[in-house]
Amino acid sequence: MEEKIITVKNMVKRFGDFTANDNLTFDVYKGEIFGFLGANGAGKTTAIRILCGLSSPTSGEMKVAGFDIYKETEKIKKNIGYMSQKFSLYEDLTVSENIKLYAGIYGISAKKRKAKEAELLKKLELEAVKNKLIGDLPLGWKQKLAFSVAIFHDPKIVFLDEPTGGVDPVTRRKFWDLIYEAANNGITVFVTTHYMDEAEYCNRVSIMDAGKIEALDTPAKLKEKYKAKNMDEVFIKIAR
Amino acid sequence: MIEIQNISKSYKEVKALNEISLKVNNGELFGLIGPDGAGKTTLLRILTTLLLPDSGSAKMDGLEVCKDFKKVRHIVGYMPGRFSLYQDLSVEENLNFFATVFGTTADENYDLIRDIYYQIEPFKKRRAGKLSGGMKQKLALSCALIHKPKILILDEPTTGVDAVSRKEFWEMLKNLQKKDITILVSTPYMDEADLCDRVALIQSGQILDIDTPTRITEKFSRRIIQVHAQNMYKLINDLRAFENTEAVYAFGQFAHFTGKNDETECNELDTYLHKLGHTNVLVEEIHPGIEDVFMHLMESHNR
Repeated sequence: MEEKIITVKNMVKRFGDFTANDNLTFDVYKGEIFGFLGANGAGKTTAIRILCGLSSPTSGEMKVAGFDIYKETEKIKKNIGYMSQKFSLYEDLTVSENIKLYAGIYGISAKKRKAKEAELLKKLELEAVKNKLIGDLPLGWKQKLAFSVAIFHDPKIVFLDEPTGGVDPVTRRKFWDLIYEAANNGITVFVTTHYMDEAEYCNRVSIMDAGKIEALDTPAKLKEKYKAKNMDEVFIKIAR
Repeated sequence: MIEIQNISKSYKEVKALNEISLKVNNGELFGLIGPDGAGKTTLLRILTTLLLPDSGSAKMDGLEVCKDFKKVRHIVGYMPGRFSLYQDLSVEENLNFFATVFGTTADENYDLIRDIYYQIEPFKKRRAGKLSGGMKQKLALSCALIHKPKILILDEPTTGVDAVSRKEFWEMLKNLQKKDITILVSTPYMDEADLCDRVALIQSGQILDIDTPTRITEKFSRRIIQVHAQNMYKLINDLRAFENTEAVYAFGQFAHFTGKNDETECNELDTYLHKLGHTNVLVEEIHPGIEDVFMHLMESHNR
């Protein structure tokens, strides 16, 4: 029943004599929300860049959405979406132009784009601002739009690298509503975050420290194993 | 120690601060809690004499921020949100530079920074730009303290920082507080409110409440019911469809439910959810946390 959408076997990435990813092995299942946690500098971003086909590993066997990480990076890119707080939308393009740009990059036809755009703007209640520059919108609106644009081409997997920093608690939860919805529609969500309450929203969580995966399980089992009352305590026990 | 009276500041048509007044007592660790765009940085920049308010006044240890700005700068240490040290100077050079600017030396006030600086001292010849995030933070804090300020102002020191480093940073602040420094710190993390003596909750340029973290949650009178079930996505959607629902928000492994009136009982929700086929259902009334209160104050302010 559980179909693997990402398989990682013995992934190693070295920069000179520094080992950023030290023999990572894990699987991600289709439709799950997978939390990829770790302290600053633990090697999360390096691993994500490899899984997105942006950087080559030193060694290991990896498949993303069924494609080989060494030979089929272009196919991987077509089948994934990516969003981070640092980079997502173009500030000096309008809402509509950003959607058009991303749809164009992923080769979506104009007809299909128009229908989907209308549906999306309605859902996000952004119809009134579709001709406004992204730079003029509140952060919370931008994040919701950025996420929706990242899954506009119906990818199999979406990578979210610290997507929710800085927004108010209501907006942050509305953002998670979108994540739940996407996962419920079969999109696999691979997410990093520093908010430990968000770790609880994940089906499974891995915790990295100094290039290694130190723990991987459901939040409930991790709390039981580390005798912790929440994920914050689990994280501190592992990463300190 | 810090007295802020009716401060307003606008950027074109955006009101960044709207008649803000608050007081931070001597020796207090005071938190300014709010999301991006709340006005935290604008307020801190006014207090550090880097920005003029449109109206209102503020005093730092009795000195007016507008009139006595030169004197204010000598008694205030400021750690801005963005790393603002010289990337191409070494750790040691940065520290000496800031000491010299304030007419002192790194040795003279070394006592104050010892606990923080010793952790980065092994790397004192390294350029600041080559430091890791955690080390940059420690250097920035050392530089902000090197002139022995009476007041320390920190703008989101823990944003984007992992849970372990955040914990360590707050321990450093607690230690500084013992050395008689008044601390005003801003943060978007609601859970950090509990580490402060008092907090101001701020949103859209307005203060929602000022009090000790305990009193803020104690005076909140709404009933919060915590709910858990096997399928959280379905749970949240089903709770939102319940006839008497005002708000349902995810809180870690639970959803927090608030009814339109506070008369919804736990067993009503329990029955409702079992009828819809939920399993592993757990329903219990809980004491609200700062985040619950913030969200309700925010929503009622927006209405």
